[in-house]
Amino acid sequence: MGDMIELDVRGLSCPEPVIMTMDAMEANPGMRIRVIADEAHTRKNLEKMLKYQGKKSTTEEKNGEYIITVEA
Amino acid sequence: MELFNTKWKLALSGLIIGILAAILAFSGNPANMAICVACFIRDMAGALKLHTTGTVQYFRPEIVGFVLGSFIIAKATGEYKATAGSSPMIRFLLGMIMMIGALVFLGCPLRMVIRMSAGDLNAYIGFAGFALGVATGSFFLKKGFTLGRAYEVKSVNGYVLPAALTLLLIIGVATPLFVSSTEGPGSMQAPIIIALVAAIVCGIIAQKNRLCFAGSIRDIILMKDFDLICIIGGFFVAMLVYNGVTGNLVFSFTGKPIAHAQHLWNLLGMYTVGFAAVLAGGCPFRQLILAGQGSSDSAVTFLGMLVGAAFAHNFGLAGAAAKAATETEAAVAGGPATAGKIAVVICIIVLFMIAVSNKRTVKKK
Repeated sequence: MGDMIELDVRGLSCPEPVIMTMDAMEANPGMRIRVIADEAHTRKNLEKMLKYQGKKSTTEEKNGEYIITVEA
Repeated sequence: MELFNTKWKLALSGLIIGILAAILAFSGNPANMAICVACFIRDMAGALKLHTTGTVQYFRPEIVGFVLGSFIIAKATGEYKATAGSSPMIRFLLGMIMMIGALVFLGCPLRMVIRMSAGDLNAYIGFAGFALGVATGSFFLKKGFTLGRAYEVKSVNGYVLPAALTLLLIIGVATPLFVSSTEGPGSMQAPIIIALVAAIVCGIIAQKNRLCFAGSIRDIILMKDFDLICIIGGFFVAMLVYNGVTGNLVFSFTGKPIAHAQHLWNLLGMYTVGFAAVLAGGCPFRQLILAGQGSSDSAVTFLGMLVGAAFAHNFGLAGAAAKAATETEAAVAGGPATAGKIAVVICIIVLFMIAVSNKRTVKKK
């Protein structure tokens, strides 16, 4: 997987997933981050935040879970 | 489908909810309550005889509608997910605290905005307290506050609250089992069908646009994200126009219906609500929407609010509305009695205890 941080935000209340992802990006510059989420609104919030921050990301939906990969 | 992906669409969705609230106020609900979640859960608690304050008892179809609207749209769009297990007892407590704070101020954040749109300056004091409370909660969120994760549970868990509320509404309509006020705010009732349909539509929109009064300020503080506040802006404008047209828009601290001018307690009451709402992950209205889309934790928060409302009225914690003097009665300053003031202070202490004792554990990799 190379330089990749994994973040599990499943089941957390708003806006913890967004804060955790922002903190992880700040603490690990230059690293890719793989966020696992399980709520549709969490996915939307994360994608919106990443867009605002100018980050490239891809989202994969699998069995009701969302795997969002944030590029470095 | 991204229905609300721009600020103007979000504002428009808030405007629609505001128009629906205005329709309900016009159709018989108390004018500056319209769709107040705290007031209406309090009325439900009264209808179920959990408290016996005669002027605030009615099984409000609006609360049922909000939950049902969210449930219906979440089911239809595949966003329904039954979850549970994120500190339920703390959430119950947060629900109680939110309700006690709201009833000291006399209104949830939604009614606070409605009161602001009618020129009630006390609500602007309440708003300052609410924003401070949200800021306090946001500070702890930034420091790693969490109530832990919820887990997916069997789908039927998420059906319980929508089904129970629907059943209770049917009982309320078809039988004389529940109490319905004959005077006071509880007696001011929009026709059931209008109330239910309007609330279902509100629930559907709010599930999609994520309307949250605490979240809108929290997102600005934490992420400089102004999306949710656009919804509140739209809602405020709709109610402002309604109040302007109906002649209710008068800026004053006094003479406002179901309000008091005890500034400190308006401030602290809403501080309590803002703080608790951020810790609970959403304002009272948002809790109903989350419960509708399957969160048992939010359903527990709702139960906390219901019990909190009963406590607030059974033990004299709720603020009293100010009254002008009449020929037979002296003027009443209103506001909370000593018990209510003590309750608010205790609630704030408990909120700080919850905030400092629930921290995320950082896993080092």
